[in-house]
Order: sequence, then C-alpha cells, then structure tokens
Amino acid sequence: MTESLAITKFSDLANPTRFLALAARILPWLAAVTAALFAVGLYLAFTTQGDYQQGDTVRIMYVHVPAAWLSMMCYSVMALSAIGTLVWRHPLADVSHKAAAPLGAAFTLIALVTGSLWGRPMWGTWWVWDARLTSVFVLFLMYLGIIALNRAMDDPSRAARLSAVLILVGFVNIPIIKFSVNWWNTLHQPASVIRLGGPTIDGEFLRPLLVMALAFTLLFFTLHIMAIRNEIWRRRVATQRRMAARLAGRES
Amino acid sequence: MGIIMTALLLRDLKLSIRAGGGALIGVLFFMTVVAVIPFGVGPDLNLLARIGPAIVWIGALLAALLGLDRLFQTEREDGSLDLLLMQEHPLVLTVLVKCLAHWLANVLPLVIASPLLGLFMNMNEVGIGAVMLTLLVGSPALTFIGAVGAAVAVTLPRGGLLVSILVLPLCVPVLIFGVSASYAAVEDPAPFLPPFLILVAITMFFAVLGPLGAALALRNGGD
Amino acid sequence: MRLIAETLAARRGEDLIFSNISFALGSGEAMVLTGRNGSGKSTLLRVVAGLIRPAKGRVDWVRSGAGALQLPGEVSHYLGHRNAMKPELTVAENLGFWRDFLGDMAGGAGLSAEEAAERVELPALLDLPFGYLSAGQQRRMAFAKLLVAHRPVWLLDEPTAALDAAAEALFARLIRAHLTAGGLVIAATHQPLDFEATQRLEMKGFQYAEMEEGI
Repeated sequence: MTESLAITKFSDLANPTRFLALAARILPWLAAVTAALFAVGLYLAFTTQGDYQQGDTVRIMYVHVPAAWLSMMCYSVMALSAIGTLVWRHPLADVSHKAAAPLGAAFTLIALVTGSLWGRPMWGTWWVWDARLTSVFVLFLMYLGIIALNRAMDDPSRAARLSAVLILVGFVNIPIIKFSVNWWNTLHQPASVIRLGGPTIDGEFLRPLLVMALAFTLLFFTLHIMAIRNEIWRRRVATQRRMAARLAGRES
Repeated sequence: MGIIMTALLLRDLKLSIRAGGGALIGVLFFMTVVAVIPFGVGPDLNLLARIGPAIVWIGALLAALLGLDRLFQTEREDGSLDLLLMQEHPLVLTVLVKCLAHWLANVLPLVIASPLLGLFMNMNEVGIGAVMLTLLVGSPALTFIGAVGAAVAVTLPRGGLLVSILVLPLCVPVLIFGVSASYAAVEDPAPFLPPFLILVAITMFFAVLGPLGAALALRNGGD
Repeated sequence: MRLIAETLAARRGEDLIFSNISFALGSGEAMVLTGRNGSGKSTLLRVVAGLIRPAKGRVDWVRSGAGALQLPGEVSHYLGHRNAMKPELTVAENLGFWRDFLGDMAGGAGLSAEEAAERVELPALLDLPFGYLSAGQQRRMAFAKLLVAHRPVWLLDEPTAALDAAAEALFARLIRAHLTAGGLVIAATHQPLDFEATQRLEMKGFQYAEMEEGI
C-alpha cells in the first residue's frame, strides 16, 4: 500500500505540469536558503585565519573544493537521470540530464580555473599535468561532448536516449580514467614537484568549507530545477509553434 | 553589392549559431586533440613548452578543417546552391563571403581558445601571444584553401574525410610559416618578421586563389 | 524580351537525356513541359537556368533595348524540387534574405516578405522557423520566394507536387498574374495547371535515330 503510494507520488513528480507547480513553490525557499548559506560561508571563509604557508590564497579552497565536489556530484545526478531515461522512460529524466550538463560543465570549469589560480603561486605556472587536475579536465571534456551531442540533434527524445547511453558509458569509464591518469602521472612525475593537497585539513578550515560545500550543493539544485523548468517551457513553446503552423494550414 | 553580401554574411552567421553548435564542436575537438598530447609524451613541462606552439598549431589546423565539408553541402542539400550559382553578381564574391562567415563562426573561436591551450602546454606569455597572432593571421588561409576542397567534394555523399585528405597537403605552407613565426618569437636568434610576413602573404594569396578555385569547382560540379 | 533555345541537347553523365529541342518564348507567354518520368523535363529547366551546360545548342536571352548582355539564368527564378529555404531560420528571415540577395532586376519590384506571405495566403506563419511548416506550407513559402525579387522568367519544376487543389489554384493565379505583367514562364508538370499555356513541349526523351546524327 505504502509502496504503491510512493510510486504514485514519484510518477506524479514525473508529470511536467506537476513538476512546474512544485518548482514554483520550492524555488523561492531554495534560493533563499542558498543565499543565506553563501552569506554565512563567505563570512566564515574571509574571517578565518590564512594558512601560514600559503597565506590568503588558501581561501580559494573554499570555492575550489566545493566546485570540484559538484563536478562529480552533477555527473552522478546525470547518470541517475540517464538510468531514468533508459529504464523507466521518464520524460522528466530526459530533461533532467540535458539541463544538468551545462551546469556540470560550469562547475567543472570553476574547479579548473580556481585550481589553476591556486596552483600558480605554488607551481610557478598556470597548469601542471597533476593527476587530479588532469582527471577533472578529462571530465570537463566529457561534459562538453555531451552538450555538443544534445545540441546536434533536433528530436529531443532521441537526443535524450543517445546522450543517456553516452553518460552511462562515461560514468563506468570515470574510475578507469582516474586510475590510468594516476598511473600515467606516477610513471612520469619527478618526485620534486609539489603535490596538491598538502597536509590534512585543520578544523579551522573545515567549518567554512563544509558550509560552502552545502551552499554550492543547494546552488546546484536551485539552478538544476530552474534549468529543468526552462527546458520544459522551451519545449512547450516549440510545440505551440508547431501547433500554430498546423492551425494556420487548416484555416486557409 | 554591399547589401547583397551583408545579407549572405548575416544569414550564414545566424545559421551557424542556430544549427547544431558547429563552433562548439570545433573548439572541443581542438581542446581534445591538444589535451591528449601530454598523455602520449608525458607531463614533462619543459618538453611540453618546447613542442607547444607546434601542437597548438596542428590542433587548430585539424579543427579548422572539421566543419568545412558542410560549407557548400548544406546549400546543395536544400537547393539554395542552385540559386547562389544563378545570380549575376560574381560567384567568387559569394564564395569569399561564405568563407568569411565560416571563419568568423568556426575558426575565430579556435583562435580565441588557443591561449588557454597554450597554458596547458606550459608556454610563456610571449609564446602564447605569438601563437594567437599567427593563428589569427594564418587561419583564414586554411578556410580559403578548404573552400576549394569543400567545393570539389560538394556532390559526394561522405565528403567530410575526403575534404581533409585533399586539403591537408595544401595547408603545409601555412603550417610551416605559422609555426616558425611562433618559434621565432620565443627563441632569440631567429627573426620573427620574415616568416610572419610570408604567412600574411600566403593568406592574401589564398584569399584570391581559394574563392576562384571554389567558384570554378562549383560551376563545373553542377548536376 | 525573348527567351530563345536552339537545338539543345544535354547529357547527364554519359547518357544523352534529350536532343534537338528548340523553342522561342516572348513576353507574357508560358510553356508547359510534359512527358513521362526521365524524359528530361528537369534537365531542360536546369539547362535553361544555366546550371547544366548543354552538350549542344544554346539558350539566349534577348532584350529589345540593347542593354547589357545577360545570361538566361540571371534573369530567371528557378523553383526546383527542393525549396532553397533554411529550416533553422524563420520564414521571414528566409524570405528577407532572398529578397536582399537576389535583388530586383530592372523592370519590376519585388514584394516585401509580409506581402509575399500574404499572396500565398499564409501571413500568420512568418515568424515560425521554416522547419516547423508542413510540406505544403513549405512549398507555398518557397513559391513566395519568387515574389520577393523581380525576375522576368520563372522556371518551375513540378511546382504543385504534394499540394492540394486550393494551393494549386493559388499557384495558377500567381502564374497568371506574372504572365499578365509581361513575364515568361516555363513549367514542367504532370498535373494540368489552370493557366493559358501558349506553347506545349512534349519531352519524348532521347531517340536512337538522333544518336546516329552524331551528337
């Protein structure tokens, strides 16, 4: 009984109209909480002490680490949606992974850029082929590939199914990529190069970091829901234009 | 004549923005090609800095040829090519404007993306600037040469690969002078200006020869 | 204004499609090309448009005032099987582009995109992407393209294929208006169209006897 109720609830959510109504109710709250968390997180981030070794540049971490975390979480959300597309054929799942791809790419880009800014004083150069950075960069390329695939096809449901396959193949591949990049890096890396990460994180840094991570996560969900809503609207506009063409034909 | 060609330029730019994100795919291809090089040669920053200009140039060359086969093929598929061919105004000019639109929409983004890839290759500021400048000056030549290949292959069902094969050997001079000008900017003894000016000359030469050849091919490829 | 073709012959690949076709068409006259599939109607139109070089013979555009010499293709509209419109652009953008790109010839003025859409009785569709239109609507908009720039000669290849009776009547009306204004029309068609054809050319395709003449 409860199970069937849960299923009905779930399929209710998959109905785009229900989703739009729900999104309209949730979004203001979600946005407000996100903004509040960002205010607290940024306040904490700028009031805590700087690292004795890295100085103020350590504060980049409060943006860099949450963005890197989101770059991976977003791909997981997309993989779940891809399963939704292929297994349950939810119309909302199609929209969900399409809407998430640009967000994932954006957060990955933030992670890469902040990582590079952070690394500049440490490495003396903007980019090193460090194992972690390189893996994130490959992830970025995968996001862009998925976006390009989505844009290359006119039929949205076919595009959704094909990119879902690509997302899942990529998802399975991520650990393999990570492993091989590590292998490649230790094979070449001379020991003298400073490795990213350094000492374990002190509690002093941990508090603002956790708040920022939470704020970023909520930001992602706010943007994701908005992007899904926009995509639903975009498809409705397209449908209405097709209808308009058909009606005009009937009139004359 | 100004209105006519502006209309064509604007239409082609609009089309490349709306249809399928060709520029995005080109930039993505460029990034991917350059990014896999370190996996082959290893992450040795000194080595990467040394081969950087060449790698970025080769990547840009391959990416610039990527969407070229569609330059006239889309026009042919929907019948627009017939109308472009029938007009009184010179076909050479029509082809030139189409090349220009293609360069603006698909190749200029590569030039803009090239500094980022320069950073990945651990190049210094001067080297990055030199590569960007030589690409800016040299890449139009790639489009003009490519237009000939695109026009020759316009009626072929799978012209894409063939266009690259036809055009790559013709692009060798552009690559040679682009890369040597980039290196000349970084390494002291070699002067920068001579190879750079030759590159400019090559681009101007192909700005004439490319559209002429493409127009000739389109006229003769009619069916 | 006269469009004159003399002993035309055309090949596609190695095959001779037709030979020994001659006609002369004056202002306000229309010619209908008939004949079975593969008899060379489309090829003849493309030869007149200058898109295929004739294997033999020539087509000339003669104007009474000794103006600049123009090729027949340059004074013609050509409506082929394909519509020459971009599905990604709106109808208004498509028509606007062709209006600017084709430009008017001396002796007439093209309509604006709005007026042209009005003439083909689909003014409501101007702001929709061309790809959203049904096949019949697309064909009518392709026909509207002939109205946005003035050309004395219209070369129409199966203009009414895939159209209903109402649209056929509409096309016939537009063709009649073009003829009344002094234009020339060559149309290849299977269905009889409702306009006064001064000439009829039945394409019989290539005959063996002609090959022996040594074309």
